Amino acid sequence: MAQAHRTPQPRAAPSQPRAFKLVLLGSGSVGKSSLALRYVKNDFKSILPTVGCAFFTKVVDVGATSLKLEIWDTAGQEKYHSVCHLYFRGANAALLVYDITRKDSFLKAQQWLKDLEKELHPGEVLVMLVGNKTDLSEEREVTFQEGKEFADSQRLLFMETSAKLNQQVREVFNSVAQELLQRDDGEGQAPRGDAAVALNEGPARQAKCCAH
Amino acid sequence: MEAGGDTAAPAPGGAEDLEDTQFPSEETREGGGVHAVPPDPEDEGLEETGSKDKNQPPSPSPPPQSEAPSSNCRLWSPAAPENSPTRSPESSSGGQGGDPSDEEWRSQRKHVFVLSEAGKPIYSRYGSVEALSATMGVMTALVSFVQRDAIRAIYAEDHKLVFLQQGPLLLVAMSRTSQSAAQLRGELLAVHAQIVSTLTRASVARIFAHKQNYDLRRLLAGSERTLDRLLDSVEQDPGALLLGAVRCVPLARPLRDALGALLRRCTAPGLALSVLAVGGRLITAAQERNVLAECRLDPADLQLLLDWVGAPAFAAGEAWAPVCLPRFNPDGFFYAYVARLDAMPVCLLLLGTQREAFHAMAACRRLVEDGMHALGAMRALGEAASFSNTSSTSAPAYSVQAVEAPGLRHFLYKPLMGEAQLPHLEAPYSREEERQRLSDLYHRLHARLHSTSRPLRLIYHVAEKETLLAWVTSKFELYTCLSPLVTKAGAILVVTKLLRWVKKEEDRLFIRYPPKYSTPPAASTDQAAHNGLFTGL
Repeated sequence: MAQAHRTPQPRAAPSQPRAFKLVLLGSGSVGKSSLALRYVKNDFKSILPTVGCAFFTKVVDVGATSLKLEIWDTAGQEKYHSVCHLYFRGANAALLVYDITRKDSFLKAQQWLKDLEKELHPGEVLVMLVGNKTDLSEEREVTFQEGKEFADSQRLLFMETSAKLNQQVREVFNSVAQELLQRDDGEGQAPRGDAAVALNEGPARQAKCCAH
Repeated sequence: MEAGGDTAAPAPGGAEDLEDTQFPSEETREGGGVHAVPPDPEDEGLEETGSKDKNQPPSPSPPPQSEAPSSNCRLWSPAAPENSPTRSPESSSGGQGGDPSDEEWRSQRKHVFVLSEAGKPIYSRYGSVEALSATMGVMTALVSFVQRDAIRAIYAEDHKLVFLQQGPLLLVAMSRTSQSAAQLRGELLAVHAQIVSTLTRASVARIFAHKQNYDLRRLLAGSERTLDRLLDSVEQDPGALLLGAVRCVPLARPLRDALGALLRRCTAPGLALSVLAVGGRLITAAQERNVLAECRLDPADLQLLLDWVGAPAFAAGEAWAPVCLPRFNPDGFFYAYVARLDAMPVCLLLLGTQREAFHAMAACRRLVEDGMHALGAMRALGEAASFSNTSSTSAPAYSVQAVEAPGLRHFLYKPLMGEAQLPHLEAPYSREEERQRLSDLYHRLHARLHSTSRPLRLIYHVAEKETLLAWVTSKFELYTCLSPLVTKAGAILVVTKLLRWVKKEEDRLFIRYPPKYSTPPAASTDQAAHNGLFTGL
């Protein structure tokens, strides 16, 4: 892929944009991969369910600064949760995606939020709730209001998108990027990405062919 | 269905009871069928492991056998496929897609089902699994009925039913294609391998040991399409599964060797296997000796990986997913890094043992990519790949015309130890039915050549629209499809020409000297090289 250098260590060399890790979460076939694909490649195709997780990077310009988003798109299927979980750690932001035509996916997103809070320290991760598939609004089961209210109650960002029609997709990622930058600047030069470094250099405790 | 889980040998009476409870309306409906149904006449070909030959012709045969409940067999036996009466045990649920009473569902040539021991439906090639639960109940009943000796196949006029029990899973193929029971069994094994590759055998066993009526579809969600693709490939792509050999991209030997050397150079901790592929075909691969030790990768495992990375799900980004190689170790996972190189269809697969190694693998990929640029390999591979782009199936990158043997329409060639080669399918085999017909013919010949009771070496077969010649020697297996007007002498001439061509192009067509990280002591001779990496079987 022509996504240029994607050094895992975002050692904030001045020339290199700061890197932030973003994970896409949600139940199966709500459009997580489609959002990522639309954003990174401006492409839409009905892709099969994601296998495991997929990794994308994109450099975003926010005002004068640019930052690099490392996007982890995860499979909605539960068989892949354990492998994906590894890569949630150290995430700076999470998009909780649900399908506005499926109430269950909305409820599942709320469940995901609980899991996320268990896994990560509250306040450390920027979470945005995303209702996808506005192109199917006639089959809508979750109103904008419901989404908005839940997001407000949990102090999440909120947006509705259509990856198919390319509505609000860029905005979702850009506002996350903006927010991340602001937080980051607010905290001073917090060494983001350390968690990621620790991960790939982590001890190789998996034996040969680890039984799952 | 529930009764199926009861493995404690249901007595014949028990099976009858099951029938009664499940298919109350059956008697009446069957009465209107093509067959008048006196007890027993049709369970002819019912076979058990005990009877030695599974390849017996499906001709009507011996005495009403065993205590198989005739009513079960009756379900599958109506003669005329088109207007057969409801062979569905349950047409009451009507309407839904995939209902066994549905005309379209019944017109399919081949069905493949996967169900759990408890009779819970897991996968069906056509139709919705829900609508088929009663049908699956019958299968469970059949299997659990014949205890001790597992039931392997039932022949009913032009239908074959093949059963395969794998741990807690029961796989069933029901076909009226020309495939032999052995071939169908091979297909079921491939389906099972596919399931194991996503879940591992151990975890499937664990799940069902824990909860016998677990709905495995939950875990397989998303994998059904992979199974569909696998089964379609048998119909559309003659020889893919038939010969049990991996196909490789024709490539000049120096380039392939250079790429192999490159893969050997680029390592990462825990890396076990690196594979370069395009369009489901192998470019080259390298195996880490320390991890895969002396154990060579089975071609079936490699084929599975090639099919897997060819899935559209891998078209974007860098993927990281667990995968199990059923032949190598059905109970453990590897972790696979999959990425398309340089936005080209060329795909790199790095298989490792460490769950956390994503970033190390990504770094390794960059090394491979840089190395390929340095070799200038991208352009050559792009050309090889562009062929496979033109066709939706993984069509090989050359046409049969290259052989320059007039009258030759298509062929399959497989060195005894090695990869299969077949040219692109061209007119008159561009339509689906025609491909299917060719595939059927190849299957029929294959079944004759490999018949367990009376294997053949050479077959000259004049079919309605083409002439075929199949030939097995100690060095190769060859299937050719020729124009219908060819004479026997002409056919021999064409085959001679073809063999000469294959010999000449050998280095380009096949991977004769598979690269390895470290040469095992025995692999220095020519002979051993043929045995190498992915060339077993």
